[in-house]
Amino acid sequence: MINLALLTIASARKKLDTKEFSSVDLVQACLAQIEKRNPELNVYLEVYSDVLEQAKKADEKIAKGESTPLLGIPLAIKDNMVIKGKKSTSGSKILENYRSPYDATAIEKLKTQGAVLLGRTNMDEFALGSSTENSAYGVTKNPHDNTRVSGGTSGGSAASVASDMSLGALGSDTGGSVRQPSSFCGVVGLKPTYGRVSRYGLMAAVSSFDVIGTIAKTVTDVEIIFDTIKGNDPLDSTTITETTYPQKTKKERLLIGVPWDLIDGEGIDVGVKDNFKKSVKDLESLGYEMKKIRLPNCLALYYILNFAEVSSNLARFDGVKYGLYVDGKDLLEDYKLTRGQGFGKEVRRRILLGTYILSAGYYDAYYGKAQSARVALQKEFKKIFTEVDMVLTPTTPAPSWKIGEKGDPLSMYLADIFTVTANIVGLPAISIPSGFLELEGKSLPLGIQFMAPHGREDLLFEVGKKFLGE
Amino acid sequence: MITKEDIKKLADLARIEISPDEAESLTTEIDSILGYVGQINVMPSIGKEKVPLQRNIMRDDVVTHGSGQYTEDLLSNAPFRERNLLKVKKIL
Repeated sequence: MINLALLTIASARKKLDTKEFSSVDLVQACLAQIEKRNPELNVYLEVYSDVLEQAKKADEKIAKGESTPLLGIPLAIKDNMVIKGKKSTSGSKILENYRSPYDATAIEKLKTQGAVLLGRTNMDEFALGSSTENSAYGVTKNPHDNTRVSGGTSGGSAASVASDMSLGALGSDTGGSVRQPSSFCGVVGLKPTYGRVSRYGLMAAVSSFDVIGTIAKTVTDVEIIFDTIKGNDPLDSTTITETTYPQKTKKERLLIGVPWDLIDGEGIDVGVKDNFKKSVKDLESLGYEMKKIRLPNCLALYYILNFAEVSSNLARFDGVKYGLYVDGKDLLEDYKLTRGQGFGKEVRRRILLGTYILSAGYYDAYYGKAQSARVALQKEFKKIFTEVDMVLTPTTPAPSWKIGEKGDPLSMYLADIFTVTANIVGLPAISIPSGFLELEGKSLPLGIQFMAPHGREDLLFEVGKKFLGE
Repeated sequence: MITKEDIKKLADLARIEISPDEAESLTTEIDSILGYVGQINVMPSIGKEKVPLQRNIMRDDVVTHGSGQYTEDLLSNAPFRERNLLKVKKIL
């Protein structure tokens, strides 16, 4: 019997290569776990019918002596990355029956390595939200406390890893959508540098923020998946190369900046603060030096750009090319009914907000100012990274909340305070489990977040491994 | 202060049918969200930084796949079609 709870991608690799178990055994163990926990947690929207076939193919390759890091490893995929011939809905009713004619580049890379794609995981509709409560297919419950949310928008992917229904997962991160659910579920989540992973085949939410990220139990595992999917892609002109950002030489002793003003500000849970202070002490005893820095609250800036880009990206759903179609009296009414019924409440709200922000009379007051503030923030970070090597914050201002607790959309937006900054600037960032908060008889996971200069995922892996003792 | 009429106008522009009830609740929600993001106007560096121009990244305009290779897969997702065309109601 395979004990999935003790298994990582790295340890499964060794056991597959030494034939301790086969990929079919491993996938069957995952399927049994899915059968046991998915009805309760609502993590997978679909488990693919060909998973055992995929595993058999991997076993044939392993039998021939082939060994690539992800060969035969079962992974979960967020529902907004397309796989040829399979359904992809982005958690929306408007794409309920959409089948993709092609593979996303990240998926193609996983397939080439022989990874087993288990199924598609739940998410907030079109990656808009922070809890998966905005999914058209119901909320994903937190594996640590099923009265609480798993976080979002990649809540299904993070919960699949935390509940041993996969060994690793792909998510996408627009303003914290990989890091925040990873923190809520007690796993590791990486948001790479903007452009590091091709987004060809990732459904666009906010094109100037979106990036595909990886989720797993350990930093080592997150790095393994990242190494597989990264790279320049002619099909995504925003991808970068290894030389886009020049590498500085490594320093002996790394200096970590902490924006204490922001962390000591209002709205940050006392338990989170205590846990964060303990993490800072742990890092100091590991030999890292801490320095106080200042960071602004970037939520207003983030959400203006989010609404604007969402409203234009989602204009493509019109009931003509693909997806839901609702019949009206003429073409205009077809559009309105299709979009009115196909999009969920939060999506409709953000499209309207974006439409307002981009309208002629208000463009300068909102979008124009936000663009300018974005450039200022990028400059600010250039300066910060001349003073420190990394920036450290809690991943979230509070642990996972109760399902339905945040009825007011604005209160949910405020939960993204620490994560949005990396997306605005395009920096790589990682969420690392930092312990638990005891609340109402349950242990709720907490996480800390490191941000590094562009192209320096290596620094995040290094500090993360040290912190977790890998 | 945003009004219910503004919300209806925005929904029309965005081609989204919303119910009178939703127009009501959206008015309050959107007003409060705009109030929050309006803080952008008090950020110190505002308006001082020039936004750099984007540049295009071009690829050669060459055929990369066989004729009709994806036609069926693409069109099979369309709600209505006539042979290899998407079918919609009359526009004018």
